[in-house]
Amino acid sequence: MRPPLAQRLAHARRLAAVLLSSQYAYMLEYRAEIVLWALSGVLPFIMLGLWSAVDAGGGLGMSSLQLARYFLAAFVVRQFTIVWVMYTFEEDNLTGRLSPYLLQPLPLVWRYVAAHLSEQATRLPFVALLVGLFFLLYPAAFWWPSLSSLLLAMLATLAAFALRFLMQFTLTMVCFWSEKASALERLLYLPYLYLSGLVAPLALYPEAVRNFAFWTPFPYMVDVPARILAGEPVAVGQSFAAMAAWAALLLPINLLLWRRGLRHYSAMGA
Amino acid sequence: MGFASKPVRMAIVRAQGLGKTYRVADKQPGLAGTLRHFVNRRERLIAAVQDVSFSIEPGEFVGFLGANGAGKTTTLKMLTGLIHPTSGTVEVAGCQPQRREADFLGQITLVMGQKQQLIWDLPPLDSLRVNAAVYGIPPEESRRRIAELAEMLELGDELRRPVRKLSLGQRMKAELLAALLHRPAVLFLDEPTLGLDVNAQARVRSFLADYNRRFGATVLLTSHYMADITALCPRVLLIHEGRLFYDGGLETLTQRLAPCREVRLELREPLGAEAFARYGEVEAIEGREVRLLIPRERLTEQVGRLLADLAVVDLSVSDPPIEDIIGRLFHEGAVA
Repeated sequence: MRPPLAQRLAHARRLAAVLLSSQYAYMLEYRAEIVLWALSGVLPFIMLGLWSAVDAGGGLGMSSLQLARYFLAAFVVRQFTIVWVMYTFEEDNLTGRLSPYLLQPLPLVWRYVAAHLSEQATRLPFVALLVGLFFLLYPAAFWWPSLSSLLLAMLATLAAFALRFLMQFTLTMVCFWSEKASALERLLYLPYLYLSGLVAPLALYPEAVRNFAFWTPFPYMVDVPARILAGEPVAVGQSFAAMAAWAALLLPINLLLWRRGLRHYSAMGA
Repeated sequence: MGFASKPVRMAIVRAQGLGKTYRVADKQPGLAGTLRHFVNRRERLIAAVQDVSFSIEPGEFVGFLGANGAGKTTTLKMLTGLIHPTSGTVEVAGCQPQRREADFLGQITLVMGQKQQLIWDLPPLDSLRVNAAVYGIPPEESRRRIAELAEMLELGDELRRPVRKLSLGQRMKAELLAALLHRPAVLFLDEPTLGLDVNAQARVRSFLADYNRRFGATVLLTSHYMADITALCPRVLLIHEGRLFYDGGLETLTQRLAPCREVRLELREPLGAEAFARYGEVEAIEGREVRLLIPRERLTEQVGRLLADLAVVDLSVSDPPIEDIIGRLFHEGAVA
């Protein structure tokens, strides 16, 4: 017989608190590495430099101030939507660490979710520092988003993280059949890079490419939350509906592959 | 001695006709083999476990013996539900392991020597907090259990030091604590003393015996150390090339498998092999060090004669490594 709902909720709350705090403590042990990772995520700033140079004549349709705010927002969104579950899962699978986790009455995915959220918490001060530095160097770009934009951007960033995590975790299931499944993620990184809005706001793309991009899940992972944060116009309802539709498509595939994968699991290295 | 499983009414572990076949890549060495394998990938089937049947009653401490690659670990993985059997059925604590239901997972544990579940960079107490939350053990109760198990395992300050700073023995004891915090009814232990020094082995052994007595837990133990098996397991299962060859008392098996004990001598002066022929079978001679195999029933008498006849500096008696015993046994076809 299942325990009452209140008891299950209390158990889930305690579990979440303990998992997050232990993973945060673990991530703090690697804070130097995380700072370097945060610093290595400055691609949007490089792209800002490039596009600002290209846009010297102002023919792109976005002012230099808009570009600066977009790329700063893209940097922030990117920092909180980085997903690396496939690499960790692949290593855990090859080294046998997966087996003890599979023998505990806790769906494995929550360990990885907690690790990602804790890593984001560890990144937070360094991201704030870099944002402060950006405004110091480029004070004209400073802006305060309205409370509603900020909350909406946070929600969109969280949804973007969830979608990216779900997509990568679904691909991760290939690890049950292949020892080098992470190559797939590297392959997927290219469309992610070009269609997510990391190299340029999608508003600057030719219309046909932009229309195509919005049929893929990628623009919702950077472009949409970044534009909300930067105060650019966004079709909010349509974007959240698209994210929900992608999640609804990926989730059953993920569950199916998980069940099949477990049947195929050979507990390597264990 | 029994070669078939005994029907047991109240079995907590029951395997019937258990089998596991792996599909493995079959590649020839060299560049040509690599290219052929790339174009036309071939696979072959390997039967790691075949038609294994046995049952274990609650509270039993059973040793699981076999050479490397005999199928011990594959069997343990099937019993814990980590891998799905190709054939046969398994039932542990009234559940089908491969369904991995929470009720089942809360009743078992698998400890693998040199594999860890503890978070490497944090003290064991952090991992224990996580385990307590995962298994839904109330904080007060988990503190009580940690204190109790830590006392049994002689662990103290080590629980507050990062795992990476612990010695192998301390780490293994902390791993055991983490694996037993939820007080499982069935313990699957795969080489829990592997790589530990003699003292640490003895401590882990005495802890396992104590745990089994105190909590009535059922234990299935694999070990390369005969001392683990002799100290803990009144009953053993012997597996060879994926098939179960023996299920019965340890004493009968020991007499059959290891009729001789190994005597190691260090002599003052080196001697030729002919000097030892009348004491036992010469296993090896390396300078002043000699290894002899002497039948158990003549051990006392022959050791006395060795000490009286030869200039012995040091002498020790042990069982030959289980690997050697089993290898020799199957090589000679004594069991098959």
